[in-house]
Amino acid sequence: MPPKDEVGAFSHAMTLLTAIVGALLGLVITFAAMDEVMRLHGLIFVVFCALCGYYVATHPHRADPSEKSSYMDGPIKVATIAAVLWGVVGFLVGDIIAWQLAYPDLNFNLPWTNFGRLRPVHTSAVIFAFGGNVLLATSLYVVQRTSRARIAGYWAPWFVVWGYQLFIVLAASGYVLGVTEGREYAEPEWYVDIWLTIVWVVYLLVFLGTLWKRKEPHIYVANWFFLAFIVTIAMLHIVNNLSVPVSLLGTKSYSLFSGVQDAMTQWWYGHNAVGFFLTAGFLGIMYYFIPKRVDRPIYSYRLSIVHFWSLIFLYIWAGPHHLHYTALPDWAQTLGMTFSIMLWMPSWGGMINGLMTLSGAWDRLRTDPVVRLLVVSVAFYGMSTFEGPLMSIKSVNSLSHYTDWTIGHVHSGALGWVGMVSFGAIYCMVPWLWTRRGLYSMRLVEWHFWVATIGLVLYVSSMWVSGIMQGLMWRAYDKLGFLKYSFVETVEATHWPYVIRATGGTLFLLGGILMAINVWRTIRGDESVDMAEQPDTAAAPELRPGAAAVPAE
Amino acid sequence: MNHAFLEKNSIVLLIAILIVVAIGGIVEIAPLFLLHSTIEKVQGMRPYAPLELAGRDIYLREGCYNCHSQMIRSLRDEVERYGHYSLAAESMYDHPFQWGSKRTGPDLARVGGKYSDNWHVEHMISPRSLVPESVMPGYPFLAVRKLEFGDMAARMTALRLTGVPYSDEMIANASADVVAQISPDTKEAESLVARYPKAQVRKFDGVPGAEPTELDALIAYLQMLGTLVDFTEFDAAGPNLR
Repeated sequence: MPPKDEVGAFSHAMTLLTAIVGALLGLVITFAAMDEVMRLHGLIFVVFCALCGYYVATHPHRADPSEKSSYMDGPIKVATIAAVLWGVVGFLVGDIIAWQLAYPDLNFNLPWTNFGRLRPVHTSAVIFAFGGNVLLATSLYVVQRTSRARIAGYWAPWFVVWGYQLFIVLAASGYVLGVTEGREYAEPEWYVDIWLTIVWVVYLLVFLGTLWKRKEPHIYVANWFFLAFIVTIAMLHIVNNLSVPVSLLGTKSYSLFSGVQDAMTQWWYGHNAVGFFLTAGFLGIMYYFIPKRVDRPIYSYRLSIVHFWSLIFLYIWAGPHHLHYTALPDWAQTLGMTFSIMLWMPSWGGMINGLMTLSGAWDRLRTDPVVRLLVVSVAFYGMSTFEGPLMSIKSVNSLSHYTDWTIGHVHSGALGWVGMVSFGAIYCMVPWLWTRRGLYSMRLVEWHFWVATIGLVLYVSSMWVSGIMQGLMWRAYDKLGFLKYSFVETVEATHWPYVIRATGGTLFLLGGILMAINVWRTIRGDESVDMAEQPDTAAAPELRPGAAAVPAE
Repeated sequence: MNHAFLEKNSIVLLIAILIVVAIGGIVEIAPLFLLHSTIEKVQGMRPYAPLELAGRDIYLREGCYNCHSQMIRSLRDEVERYGHYSLAAESMYDHPFQWGSKRTGPDLARVGGKYSDNWHVEHMISPRSLVPESVMPGYPFLAVRKLEFGDMAARMTALRLTGVPYSDEMIANASADVVAQISPDTKEAESLVARYPKAQVRKFDGVPGAEPTELDALIAYLQMLGTLVDFTEFDAAGPNLR
């Protein structure tokens, strides 16, 4: 075996070489590209590679023995801060487009500010930028602590985190400038997709490599969920984004599939972006942070096994419920509906496992607002995973589809479940990562909780009203058997629900800003204003070299 | 099997996960490439003419699919409001599909011919001048932007790789056909219509000239949506007039 120094020097040289090759490729694109956006993205890529190369060159990899004896938290800190920042941006853009729907003059009739281009910025910012960074941070945090092993790789984890930020910048700037593949939640163009694939494969290797180094014999349940999320997203992303570029030096591409095949593939992808990105990954968060925060073991090990396998098996089938009564064959629609209804059970199995973990610690719900965020998130998970199967029933879907009910449903899951569980995890993790005694202010967390919850209730209830109203008005007949309402009458009727929705969104955004302030002041090391009120929650102990623990069988 | 085995072997766990998550997709997606009902051809369907394709690319670019569906479901009120329910074949050349998921505005699967060109021009520039309750953004910039169509042949070649039956002749005439579709009563327009039956030829934005604007392309696309299949002759139970 070659000495450690040599391995280090080799990996250092290869990293540097990759950065140089990347910068050269970026230069070629900058000068030879067919369209302005490709040039801009080439330039951004050059800057990215140059900065990475400069950093690597000025920070030689010394095989420092002390490095082996601690967890690697640098990339996790970056992803945590990025999650908070992108969260605020994503909520802000979402609220802007919500106000645009209530007051259309806010579109300003410019290409870069119109709803059609900003809506993908909102969805990608909250799902991939906010949610994705939360998942990067928590998965890399959890896998180290539960495996008692330092992250695999030296530069690789840094590459995953910064490469992911580059993906977000390329995707979002492309949307604003009109570069899109035109399929919801899969809008980034072909070259951005390839970049994400590279980053994602490295992420998978880093995660797996850490598991391989583990000192614990068992892989902890949270890591099953993280692993399923990473692998399945890779599969979905690659298949759904198969496309033919018009030119290797241009942004435009056409998807490989068309019509009904494309629709089915897209919703197989789209629904499982929900199932694996926004559910499985965040269940991993639930399985670590709730037991850790309340200092209780998970309610049922057996339930977690049943719930894990049934959830990942059933979710994949649910996509066709987005295509009821369309040109998709009937059998596929029925299959999608059936599996969606069955999905209710493992979803609630997960909810029960999360909630019952509080057995013996229910008082924490009253005393610790972070626990409240975590528990309310699981409650919202339960609500939206009941509403989802309900809406997947064909006769219900005939009313709800194409209406705001779907938007309300998505947001009860996204704001209630994904948002709240992320906030809870961030509030747990920040003092642990930066070794602070507590958060800057627990009262700000309390404010965040209530502002966000009120905003969420306004959002969801107004969308129920407008969605069901739209559905009923579209199908209403008068006495003579004619359609009762013109389409635009249904648009007019949704004005006030849209105003209430946007107000709810403003409150949710305000909560995000409170979190950003709190996190910033905690990181800065400001004296905590209410330390006496904060619960005593210990981070996982530092990495200790030594023999593997023998589990009690 | 003892679950501990999976918990102790990350690669076995990984492979097990992959198998479990692959099944549903394979069962639901693969047959769609083989089944008669999803790959049948219907008389009248043809690939987009170059100007229409350019318009479709603008439709994608501006994110119209975020608010407009192109899929009429087989429900009584939808058929009465929008027209015959959409057939699978009607989106067979749509890379990507644009069925949509939300109707903040009405369905557009059969909007072709419902309104005049002039209505579309006014509506794109200022939607609320025609429909006061509308919440649609205005697109005045489309009317003044010249259409970029130098790469139409490349775009059609890429589409041919995905399976759209563009002939060599169609690709060779790609750029010329863009201009031909806004130049009525010319020989070029005649041969365009021969290549793309039912193609509508006129200056869609109402501003005379031989230089197409982005608005020309978008309106050409909107005006052909849902017009290719003749539903007075279509028989869903019959051989579909193949």
